[in-house]
Parts: sequence; C-alpha cells; structure tokens
Amino acid sequence: MSLFDLRLQEIHNKLSAKELSVTDLVNEAYGRIAKTEDQVKAYLTLNEEHARAHARLLDEQLATDAPRGLLFGLPVGIKDNIVTEGLRTTCASQFLSNYDPIYDATVVQKLKKAQSITLGKLNMDEFAMGGSNENSSFYPTRNPWNLEYVPGGSSGGSAAAVAAGEAYFTLGSDTGGSIRQPASYCGVVGLKPTYGLVSRFGLVAFASSLDQIGPITKNVEDSAYVLQAIAGYDNMDSTSANVEIPDYISALNGDIKGLRIGVPKEYLGQGIDPKVKESVLSALKVLESLGATWDEVSLPHTDYAVATYYLLASSEASSNLARFDGVRYGVRAENPDNLIDLYVKSRSQGFGDEVKRRIMLGTYALSSGYYDAYYLKAQKVRTLIKQDFDQVFANYDVIIGPTAPTTAFPIGSQVDDPLTMYLNDIVTIPVSLAGVPAISVPCGLADGLPVGLQIIGKAFDESTVLRVAHAFEQNTDHHKLRPQL
Amino acid sequence: MSTSKYETVIGLEVHVELHTNSKIFCGCKTSFGASPNSNTCPICLGHPGVLPVLNRQAVEYAMKAAMALNCTIATESKFDRKNYFYPDSPKAYQISQYDKPIGENGWIDIEVNGETKRIGVTRLHLEEDAGKLTHVDGGYASLVDFNRVGTPLLEIVSEPDLRSAEEAKAYLEKLKAIMQYCDVSDVKMEEGSLRCDANISLRPYEQKEFGIRAELKNMNSFRGVHRGIEYEEIRQADILDDGGVVVQETRRWDDAQGKTFSMRGKEEAHDYRYFPDPDLVSVLIDDEWKSRVQASIPELPDARKARYAAEHGLPSYDADVITASMALADFFEESLKYTKDAKSVANWIMGDLLAHLNANNLEMSDVKITGQGLGEMIGLIEKGTISSKIAKTVFKEMIDSGKAPQAIVEEKGLVQISDEGAIKAIVDKVVEANPQSVEDYRAGKDKAIGFLVGQVMKESRGKANPALVNQLLAERLKG
Repeated sequence: MSLFDLRLQEIHNKLSAKELSVTDLVNEAYGRIAKTEDQVKAYLTLNEEHARAHARLLDEQLATDAPRGLLFGLPVGIKDNIVTEGLRTTCASQFLSNYDPIYDATVVQKLKKAQSITLGKLNMDEFAMGGSNENSSFYPTRNPWNLEYVPGGSSGGSAAAVAAGEAYFTLGSDTGGSIRQPASYCGVVGLKPTYGLVSRFGLVAFASSLDQIGPITKNVEDSAYVLQAIAGYDNMDSTSANVEIPDYISALNGDIKGLRIGVPKEYLGQGIDPKVKESVLSALKVLESLGATWDEVSLPHTDYAVATYYLLASSEASSNLARFDGVRYGVRAENPDNLIDLYVKSRSQGFGDEVKRRIMLGTYALSSGYYDAYYLKAQKVRTLIKQDFDQVFANYDVIIGPTAPTTAFPIGSQVDDPLTMYLNDIVTIPVSLAGVPAISVPCGLADGLPVGLQIIGKAFDESTVLRVAHAFEQNTDHHKLRPQL
Repeated sequence: MSTSKYETVIGLEVHVELHTNSKIFCGCKTSFGASPNSNTCPICLGHPGVLPVLNRQAVEYAMKAAMALNCTIATESKFDRKNYFYPDSPKAYQISQYDKPIGENGWIDIEVNGETKRIGVTRLHLEEDAGKLTHVDGGYASLVDFNRVGTPLLEIVSEPDLRSAEEAKAYLEKLKAIMQYCDVSDVKMEEGSLRCDANISLRPYEQKEFGIRAELKNMNSFRGVHRGIEYEEIRQADILDDGGVVVQETRRWDDAQGKTFSMRGKEEAHDYRYFPDPDLVSVLIDDEWKSRVQASIPELPDARKARYAAEHGLPSYDADVITASMALADFFEESLKYTKDAKSVANWIMGDLLAHLNANNLEMSDVKITGQGLGEMIGLIEKGTISSKIAKTVFKEMIDSGKAPQAIVEEKGLVQISDEGAIKAIVDKVVEANPQSVEDYRAGKDKAIGFLVGQVMKESRGKANPALVNQLLAERLKG
C-alpha cells in the first residue's frame, strides 16, 4: 500500500503524530515517479529540487505550533496550462517549450497558502485541445491501467499521475470534459466546479467561457478539501463569482435519503457502451439503497451539444491563441522574410494539427458573413441547453449518467478520426455549456478498465454533488482498486 | 480644378485618451513620456493566462463624456474583441465595443461663419490603446514600447454631417473643449491624446446619395486636419471632373509634403471577427449611477457662451474664443470679479494674452497672470492711474511674474502724469523743438498734430495722460 492511499485527514493525523514527515511524502512521490514515470509519462517538468527544499521547510514548521495550511505538505502535480512563476509552463506545446512564467496563477497562490508542495507540471493535450493526451507535442501519457491505452484528456497527465501514485493529488482544467473524462478513464475522482467558482487567472485560456480548474484526487473527501482551498472570488477574474463558499467537508454526511435523481435518457442511449450503462445502472441501485430515488428525464438538446461546443470553444480559442505570434515570448521561427512571414512560420511550426484545426474552425465561425449562422446560432443553442438543465433541476437534486460513453481506448485508434474523438465528450460537454458542476467517480471496471459515474449538480451546489459522490464511495469499493504497474 | 460643383461630406472618427490613473484593464500607470516598457505588467503584455478587469473610472469618464455630447447612455454596455495581428497589439486583439457602446445618438453644436449647426454624434465607445512601434533606421528591426498599451481610449464617431474643412475643424475644436471641461483627457493632439481620422467624399449638389469616400489618417494637428481635408477635396474633385471614380481606400496625410497617399484599399480591409469578450461581463448602468455622473459635469462651453452674452453682453465671437478653453473662460470670470468691463477683459484676453500664449506655444497653466490681476489693471486704467499704453507693459510683467498691477506700477514708476503744469512744460518744449510740424499744422495739415503728440508721449516716457496731452497741445497750437 502506498502512502498516497491514505486520506488527506489520515496523512495530517500522522504528520501531527510525527509518524510521518513531509519529506517522507515527497520521497514517496519522487520514488514512485522514478519507478513508473518511464511507463506513464504523466509529467512534462519536475520541480524536485524546489519541492525537496520546500518539504524541509515544512518539516521545520511541523516541529512548531505554527498553524498549518489546509493542504499542508501534500505533494501536488499541476496541469501544464496553469502558470507557475519561474517553473516552465508549456501547455504541452512546442510554441511555449521555452516559456517560464513571470507570475503565479491564482490557484497556485492558493495552493502555496494552503502549503502544498509542487512536484512538477503535468502532461496534457496541447493547449487542452483533445481527449486522449495524444495531442501533447512532447509525448503521450499512458493509462496506468493499461499502458497501451490512452489516459483520456486533456488533463490526461493529471489523472494518470494520481492513478499511478505519482502525486497525492493534481489540478486539471475542464473545458468540455477535460477533468472528468480522464478521471473516468483512469479510475480516479475528478471534479469540474461551477463556472466562476475557481479563478481562471493564470489558466492559459482555451475557451474562456467554459474553462474551469478543478481537483483530481483518489477519493471524494480529498476532492472536497482541495476545492475548499482553491474556490472563491478573485478580483483578478471578472467572471469569478462573488458567492459565499460553504464548508464542503461538513457536507459529506452520507445522508442522501430523499435525494431526487434525474437520469437523462440521452445519456444512456445510442453510442453508450452497454458495459458502461450497466455500471451506471448498478451505481443507481446503490444510491437507491441509500434512500435516493431516480427517474428517467430528458435533456432534449443534448444532440446539438457537441456541435455547439466545437463552434463556441473554437471561436474563443481562435482569438485566445492569437497572442502566440512569436513576437514577445515562446518560440519564434528563424529567418522570416517579413512580419507576416514571422507570424505564419512561427504559428505553423509552433502549433500541432489539432490546435490548428480548431483555430481554423473558430476563425471561420467568427468570419464576416458566417458569424450569425455559426457563432450566434451556437450561442442560442447554448442557452437552450442550459434551459434543459434548469428544467430538470426544477424537480431533481442531481443528474446522473456516465462520464464518458466508453472506457479508455487504445492509443492511436482514433487519431485519424477527430469526429469520433469529439463524441467521447458527448456527456460531459452539455454540462460545460450549462456551466454547472459535475464530478466523476469510479463505478466499476469493464474489461479491466475503469468506468466513471458522472454526478451533475445545480450551479454552485458542489456540496450536494460531493455529498452524493461521497455516499456512493462509502458504500462501494471501486475507488480502492489500483492499477498494477 | 474646382470644388464648387461638389458638396463635401465629412464624418470624423476621434480618439480621446482618458487621463485615468491606471490603465483600462490592469493596474499599470498611464503616463506620457516614461521610459519604454516601464509601465507594463503580465496583463497588458498579454502573457498567457492573464485576464482583464475593467477600470470603473474609465467607464465613468466615458459616461461623463457621452453625457456632455448629449448621447443616450446604454443601460447595458459590453466589450468585444477586435481581432488582428500586429506587433503593437500583444493579445493580437483589441478589447473594444462593437454593438453596445457606452453612448449613442448625441450631438454637438458648432458655429461657422456666424451660423450655428448641429452635428450628430453616432456613438461613443471605450477601448484600449495599442503600443508604439519605432522602426530602426535601415529597417533591420522594429522596437515596441508597450507603455501605451491599455490606456483607455474613447472613440467618438460623428455622423457625416460636416460639409467643409472649416466645419470639421470647428467640430474638433468644440469636441476638444467639451472633453477638457469634463476633465477626462489632456486632449493634446501633439502628444496623441487627441487623434482624428476623417471620412471624406464628394457629391454633386443635386445628388442625394453619398459619393465614394476615402478615409484620411495621420493628421496630427488641427491645422493638419484642415489642410488634409482641403487637399482631399481638391484631389477628389479633380478625379470627378476628369470623369473618374474615387477609390474607396485609406489614405495617409503627409504634413511635410502637404499631400495624401494611399495606404491600403478596400480589398485589403480587415475582417476583425468581432465577438463578445468572454473574459468580461456586461456593464450595467442604472439611473442612480447616471445621475451621479451627470452631476459631476461642469457648465459646458455652449452654456457659458450663452451666459456671457446674456450677463455681460459679450459678442458671440468673443464668447466663442474665450469659452474654447476652460482655463481662459475661468480666467475671464475671475477677472470680472474685479472689474465690470467685460468687453475690455475680453479684448485683453483675445489680444495680448492669446498672442503671448500662441507665440510661445504656452498653456494658461504656464503663465502667472491671474484674473484678479487683469481685473485690477483695468480698474487702474479706468481711474487714469495708468494709460492703456503703459498697461501693456504692466500686463507683460503680470504674465511673467504674476505680481499685482498696483505693485508693478509703483515699483517701476509707471504712474500716469496728469499734472497739467508738468505736461504743459513738455508741450512747450516739443513745440519749440519742431517748428516745421507746427507750421504744417497751422497750414491745415491736421496729421501733424499726431506727430507732436507722439513726441510729447516719448518725452514723458509714455507716462503722460494722453487725453491731457491732446487737449494741452491743441490749446498751445491755437494760441
């Protein structure tokens, strides 16, 4: 058993009892990385020297009565699209292969305040575009459950690192499913908070109206702790919500009696692997046994979600990624003929195919003469999709379905088929468009690969989402399964 | 070559830099002349991951300006991205406002050749300024200074209501005055805090539709705007006279050569792919906020002008000149606390004061004279303590030192000589010294007396009371 199989609270108890030091935790992380990273490839950059020095400082603090941060001493891996001052941040792109940020993201400042230890930066699909980590411009991350399979994406490194025990917890980002889907594929817990709950300041923007940072952990309780540490209003982010942050940990009381669950027929219909469906149905039985009830409901605009998402997210991305022009930072092409050539060469060389595909799609959707038919229409459909959720949430406390239509797929099997790849996000994308929170928790294995259960809540009702997930987890053993590496 | 067959149609697009303490979307200072790239941060440099946060002061300034231009203020305004690649734009998009500007449907009254004309203001919106490129000699490199990036700018677009270079200049001057009164900008064309582009087209007088327009850029002074438009009127008239068609394009005014040159054509026009900036939220403007901003607007030039005519009987032209600058108007009003003679105050302002300011390229804030000083000086003239001629010396001294006129007069011994005996003595001396002039006068050459008066004034070093000199000299010559 790994130290990282302990719950956060257990680790903190051991630290307090001097049965464990922060250095032990960091040793555990780097020891595991030394052993398995060659196979998993979860990290892009390691921060070992700093992390060990930081651990020594925290061990000194441990010897005193000084108050300890909420995430004291916990080794964390950070997705490489969250900027860390002085620590290379590449977004898994050649364009930023030399970029060392000059500031910390708000969540990184919050982690520092909570006294976690940054182990390194995690692999991902380039600029968070993709669902398999095969779009990393450095190397693909592999699924710890089967190294021939993808870990999901775009936060594939974040999910794989937790599953492989290479970090105690990690941060990922989710635009259309990028935390939940890899969490599902890797058998860990991934939470996408409500849009606006966690500051985006310092998250390299993919699609600004959808991006959210969230935790990936081994269990639901730890997810609540990390969320507690990173949630909250930030005056550096205009889209940050000025809401009171509840005590997420105290919400985990196991009581879901009378909970009303809506199960969208669209989430268990065509395209959903029967084994995934079976896992979800048996999960619903567990929840029923705890006093919850469920009904089949409908989110009628689900079919339009993927198209809507690819128009809106790509439109925003085409503008967000325009700053990567080779002028001020990142990689500049050699020997350009003139200014336009500098742009064209730098961007042609710096971006991978999927990023280019989405920039072109978004540029097209925003172009004069096409804007109304694509961007504007998609905005309207987004409103309808949001209304679907509002209508169901008028009568139900949570919506439950699978996190992804299938389990992880073999590396290379979908790279030539972007449309199939896009459909992997068919049940996570509507949630992102609606801006509501959702968690993926392990709910079994299908052919040796993890299946994720998606629990979706009302806006800013992370407490209920976590409570339901926690109750499910307490009554099942799925989350205790570990990949053999 | 003549423009008389054609009516000129002009619309102006004016950019006004707001003098807020900090930039529009980050906390960096906005100051003119700081060393390159010293007023920058990750946000205005467009580093990965940064987000904009709107400066409330900039919104209030925009509201104030829009209200002063009689615009309807939006209840919900939003920001959009204008996408284009250029090295002076670090995000490769400019945050601007597309379809929900702060203000719309306003107007400005201008006066040209004694006639008042109302010019429509289509819209007023907020946006961020770009950086500044310097091209190194030899063209091997360009340098970019991002200090200006993110400085809040107002873009004020007029209706195509202007019909001549004079009207365009009058509009721009009035706009400048209003911005200055509202205290939202330094409005200095030479420093770039006021910039003006013009859309110009010509059409035969009987034609209803507008002709094809050219957009004129790079006019960096009021004179440049006037000259650029006049040049363009002639250029387009020549083309039309020859049966040609004006090309729709952007043209650059070259002040040194006094000509416009083509910059880019319509086919090279950008598709800016405007869309709502997802990093910012809508600005909601309620009545309470509106009335608070409204209350902060001072009396504007037109209102002051009307008041000067009504209260002081000031001619329209004088009132126009004085109210064009808030500092001049304030000076005028301050002077009137110390004298009742408004016309005299106006004459001194429009004469000696403006001549001094213009000749030395100075602002009111650069000179020390006070309204009280001018008012008191006019009092000294009325009392006969000093002559108008001596007053010019006193006035000059007040500009330089700011001292009170009484003190200057005493210090320099400039008190007018009104003692009949003393003047008579000088008159006698002059008459004796100039027998020829005396003879001419007596022979009927009235002009000769002017020479003799001048000689007396000269002899008294300008201090003799001119009325007395005239009177005593006339008596002496009769006798």
